[in-house]
Amino acid sequence: MPKTLFDKVWDAHVVTEIPGGNQVLYIDRHLIHEVTSPQAFNGLRRRKLPLLRKDRIVATADHNVPTINQHKPITEPLSAKQVRMLTENCAEFGVSLYGLGHPYQGIVHVIGPELGITRPGITMVCGDSHTSTHGAFGAIAFGIGTSQVEQVMATQCLLLTKPQKMRINVDGDLAPGVTAKDIILYIISQIGTGGGTGYFVEYAGSAIRALSMEGRMTICNMSIEMGARGGLIAPDQTTFDYLKGREFSPKGKDWDEAVAYWSSLPTEEGAQFDVELNYKAEDISPMVTYGTNPGMGMGVKEAIPVSSEVHNKASIDKAMKYMGLEAGKQLENHPIDYVFIGSCTNSRIEDLRAVVGLVGNSKVAEGVTAIVVPGSQQVSKQAISEGLDQKLIAAGFEFREAGCSACLGMNEDKVPAGKYCVSTSNRNFEGRQGPGARTILASPLTAAAAAITGRVTDVRELI
Amino acid sequence: MKPFTKLTSSAVPLPIEDVDTDQIIPARFLKAVTRDGFGENLFRDWRFDKLNQPKEDFVLNNPTYSGQILVAGANFGCGSSREHAAWAIGDYGFRVVVSSYFADIFRGNALNNGILPLVVSPSLLDEILQTIEVNPAAAFTIDLEAQTFKNETTGTVSTFDIDSYKKTCLINGYDDIDYLLSQSDLIDKFERERIDFSLK
Ligand code: SF4
Repeated sequence: MPKTLFDKVWDAHVVTEIPGGNQVLYIDRHLIHEVTSPQAFNGLRRRKLPLLRKDRIVATADHNVPTINQHKPITEPLSAKQVRMLTENCAEFGVSLYGLGHPYQGIVHVIGPELGITRPGITMVCGDSHTSTHGAFGAIAFGIGTSQVEQVMATQCLLLTKPQKMRINVDGDLAPGVTAKDIILYIISQIGTGGGTGYFVEYAGSAIRALSMEGRMTICNMSIEMGARGGLIAPDQTTFDYLKGREFSPKGKDWDEAVAYWSSLPTEEGAQFDVELNYKAEDISPMVTYGTNPGMGMGVKEAIPVSSEVHNKASIDKAMKYMGLEAGKQLENHPIDYVFIGSCTNSRIEDLRAVVGLVGNSKVAEGVTAIVVPGSQQVSKQAISEGLDQKLIAAGFEFREAGCSACLGMNEDKVPAGKYCVSTSNRNFEGRQGPGARTILASPLTAAAAAITGRVTDVRELI
Repeated sequence: MKPFTKLTSSAVPLPIEDVDTDQIIPARFLKAVTRDGFGENLFRDWRFDKLNQPKEDFVLNNPTYSGQILVAGANFGCGSSREHAAWAIGDYGFRVVVSSYFADIFRGNALNNGILPLVVSPSLLDEILQTIEVNPAAAFTIDLEAQTFKNETTGTVSTFDIDSYKKTCLINGYDDIDYLLSQSDLIDKFERERIDFSLK
């Protein structure tokens, strides 16, 4: 029977099946960070268990770190404590840590791929829901809770029921100004934040194949925003070209063998999915969200719906109250206060290049605070070597150091209550960017356009 | 993990859809390094205003409603993988969350912390909410062994699904980790025997 990419990778990792349908799944790679790991390390200590496989776990500090003066001690005591605990735990248990000051430090989902830790055909977990990002390489990657972090530390395995399979095909060509972020915001606006619950999603079709690895990561990253367990994309030449020569990528004869294996992974003709959805790239325009979950999105020229297929009137009314917006009205040209370019969705070098390309000689609009937070030290270094930082600073952006930053506002980078922020991150939940903050999710291009006009803008009119 | 077998309690209604983990426990409260004390900040920004005064219109601040069962709208627990959400719910005193469906990661986290995520049909969810509206003290009984949910007011008994392994864990207070450790020979064998193309 023809098999899907998902089945091939999953089935190759099943250690055993237990009565009731749960399977013991072997985990190849485990990424950890400071927020969801301390209780897991405590658990190991309490149970007097060793860390089973030190060579399969990598740590970084990202959620809680400042993005200014990272070389100085963290001033916020609780954040400082959490980061210190990570350092101590990693030292005690022998975990490789790319902590503050390390040239590989960065958002966990940015550093995995850029170091070649992520690769096709593996299983990968992290105590973070956006672990789905790594699926862009044809890996089975998903977020787990802290109890499961402890399980993987102790046994390198998880007990899981196999998710169902969904394939989402996007065919055709994207119009200029429309990006991978717009594709995924469009899909989520169509199926809602719960539409993928219980499924692992494979993204396919010519519009997906045409994307760079950065674009594919943006798509897989937001799989969780439709409730999917994870997302993945078949590995191909684009994947291999990206991975070749990376720090932990296979080398020499191992590389050739790996590529041969990876090439055998894509879904075969005729393989069955539980659900299959089809979209046309031509139907997608630059997207913005108007509400308080990522499913509340629309084309930038559209009016905010009064109710939709996936959101009833009560939900939209509640969101409008929080956002200070009105259903039935347009969001285009609405004034904004902040622009945040960063997060594991859109903080890679390609995103920064796109922003600089769009901004050109323009300046950030009067009254707008615009910050750019590279996803990792390596992205930052690359941006500096290309002179992107200077161009951004000249235009009036702040260029920060690597971390999660205003994506979730655990550090100092928060959007004040009532202010509007066009953000390239992945969640517009109430309070996500700070208590009372009002988030409008968009692509890096749309965010850059908003920065220079000071309004929600159709980026197509600037290119 | 605290075992769960049978519970009779009144319930707290939260008829909002897509309640995300950032509402259950906002990110700024994730800085703790232990599992305790999160109940204080459960639904923090819905529960308290900027000056940390309780918001009267939020259900947890309304003395009319109490109990160990939280009844919420569809897609409860969407968003982040933070287990702190389940810890906050448990620490506050809830043992059961009832909804028409749960986000996957939250459901797993709840089960790993002895909290039962109980899935009911959308119509039963409406019926439960109506019962509570009429009588905030209305009692409900959950019998995990029998997999039944009883509305003590109307007398309706419905059954619910739960996978047999997870059910055993809840009833006995077992963690997955206990089970996985018992499989260590198989895990070891798997590691030795598989051809690990992917990780060379
Ligand atoms: S950037 Fe945002 S979404 Fe990504 S890992 Fe950090 S906090 Fe989570």
